[in-house]
Amino acid sequence: MSEGNKSEHKLTQLKALEAESIHIIREVVAEFRNPVMLYSVGKDSSVLLHLARKAFYPAPLPFPLLHVDTGFKFKEMYEFRDEFCKKVGVNLIVRRNEDAIAKGMNPKDFGVARCCGALKTQGLLDALEEGEYDAAFGGARRDEERSRAKERVFSMRDEFGQWDPKNQRPELWNIYNGRIHEGESVRVFPISNWTEMDIWLYIREENIPIVPLYFAKERLMVERKHLLIPYYEEMKDQLLEGEEPKMVMSRFRTLGCSPCTGAVRSDATNMDEIVIEAAAARRSERETRIIDHGSNSMEDKKKEGYF
Amino acid sequence: MTELNLKVAEEIELLRLVTVGSVDDGKSTLIGRLLVDTKGAFEDQLLAVRKKKGTTHIASAAEIDLAMLTDGLSAEREQGITIDVAYRYFATPKRKFIMADCPGHEQYTRNMVTGASTASAAIILIDARNGVMPQTKRHTHILGLLGIPHLIVAVNKMDLVDHDQAVFENIRAEMNEYCARQGVKDLICLPMSALDGDMVAVRGNHMDWYEGKTLLETLESLPVLDDVDTKPFRLPVQLVNRPQTPDLPDYRGFMGTIASGTVRVGDAVKAIPSGNTSTVKEIVTFDGNLEEAFAPQSITLTLNDEIDLSRGDMLVHIGGETSDSKELVANVCWIGDEPLSVRKKYIIKHTTNSVKAMVASIDFRRDIHTLSKDDADELAMNEIGQITFKLMKPIHCDSYADNRMTGSFIVIDTFTNNTVGAGMIV
Repeated sequence: MSEGNKSEHKLTQLKALEAESIHIIREVVAEFRNPVMLYSVGKDSSVLLHLARKAFYPAPLPFPLLHVDTGFKFKEMYEFRDEFCKKVGVNLIVRRNEDAIAKGMNPKDFGVARCCGALKTQGLLDALEEGEYDAAFGGARRDEERSRAKERVFSMRDEFGQWDPKNQRPELWNIYNGRIHEGESVRVFPISNWTEMDIWLYIREENIPIVPLYFAKERLMVERKHLLIPYYEEMKDQLLEGEEPKMVMSRFRTLGCSPCTGAVRSDATNMDEIVIEAAAARRSERETRIIDHGSNSMEDKKKEGYF
Repeated sequence: MTELNLKVAEEIELLRLVTVGSVDDGKSTLIGRLLVDTKGAFEDQLLAVRKKKGTTHIASAAEIDLAMLTDGLSAEREQGITIDVAYRYFATPKRKFIMADCPGHEQYTRNMVTGASTASAAIILIDARNGVMPQTKRHTHILGLLGIPHLIVAVNKMDLVDHDQAVFENIRAEMNEYCARQGVKDLICLPMSALDGDMVAVRGNHMDWYEGKTLLETLESLPVLDDVDTKPFRLPVQLVNRPQTPDLPDYRGFMGTIASGTVRVGDAVKAIPSGNTSTVKEIVTFDGNLEEAFAPQSITLTLNDEIDLSRGDMLVHIGGETSDSKELVANVCWIGDEPLSVRKKYIIKHTTNSVKAMVASIDFRRDIHTLSKDDADELAMNEIGQITFKLMKPIHCDSYADNRMTGSFIVIDTFTNNTVGAGMIV
């Protein structure tokens, strides 16, 4: 033992973040009856899943993954999801708001807010209720958006799945309070303290597989306002006046639903180039998400139950 | 960034910070300055809080309504007050920083305790024109109580006192004297003008009389782990890993985050409270077994003997045991709506262990204006006092002064389930 001596160890910041996240994930499994991990197939979800696998190694994950599918994800995301989950042997549950999908819910005819509210928020709340989960892990980060900067790691939800930002439990040291009443639940954000840059650095360092859409390639795109939107054959009738699909060297910084997620022009075809590009980025990744634009939208959606 | 810098970016360390001070001390300006100078905020986030409509490029912190950047909730913007701690992230080529930004006026005890509990360093802002205010002393007292290893006093708005060295030296002398009485271990005072950026990221040319480091250089050079890895070994057990799979039918791994110290394969260890002893067989991680592990790594240990050890227990080195007692004396910051009072029952969560507790006595309430110890029947929200609890079963702990992780606990209200107190064991 070398007690009383000066520190001789060094922990890199990524390893410090990793240790904190693993601590949080384990604490939830210890204190909750029926946790579930939200899995959106994106890069943050991929990091979260990787951390969870590390937390319980050599045992398998002690909880299922839940993908709330809107039916509007990119086909590359579905392919990646099914292949990856099979490969690592996790229990994947897929849920969709079938009522809304049957009614033809889409962002163009119903508006982005209504579409998100039905397919994502309601779809999520229904799936959480159906599964009787008392804790749901999510991959949200505090650096993404200003209302998220104020969210706790353990975020309490009432019986309606809603968030009350003015009445949050203080979080002290690394001691998390997991006590809830019947019907209440928590959303848990183990990667709260990670930035977009940390996510990319960690994916690179740990060789975490991600959806190929994150890497730059010549892709068929439509330019709409300031966004680059991927073009698929089925969209032929939805083109606005003057819009014409063309090949653009591009990639996605963040992945959501195909009608509402923009790409960025980029030549970054590998992880090194993506990290270098992320370091030079002057605009936040959420800028390519149509849903975030508008006053207060993230906070309002979060209060209603969105992640 | 180049390929060489990629390697550096992977190897930098993490420092957790807290900033305290009221809006008038220039805290928002400083935070905005740090975010802009280190590129910690994106242009679209800055443009969203620009002062003048039509601005398309943010060149300096002066063009941003910094409070808008800080106040992330609609209720805060409506009421013009900051309700809650916000977390900010920025990085330099040497280090990454997580900064808890604590509102200075309303409910400052609650917010400061939350923001400071995990911090290795605190920045206390002082307006050079006003000098050391009663509030500065209160903040410093709380930071001292929370055992923040490094305090940085930033004497801001030096531009408004003609960058006068005498003003700075007076404040420095007063803070040195006050902090010595508080038992603060490491105090750094520096002059600054957050508005002009002098002494934040760059030295500027107004205060050549000051020879110390800039704020950012200071933050880059403070020790990160301090001596947490050289203290006695403590592993509070979070979970026991028993996969019971065909390949691992009898595997029992003890999972947890090392609270302090270092552990090596072969070390003789003792389970608390059972008192059973064994030796470390393996230190298991997803990336392969380790020869040694140290705080604050999250690991799984296997032992050479089957012993009684589960969640809430602790693994320590033989000869480096904790103390245990059914009576707990602690400094408590009260953060609940309902006051703490004698004979009330609560749940105390200490590391991974929860026990029932009753308030045996309120030894004193600390007047945070005069620092005197007063008699009291209760402790209201934002008040601090020394409390003696009676516990249903003993907990195994260290004093907070020796160990921030095994010397701290939270108090939970049994009816509302809310976190109502922060305890630091005497």
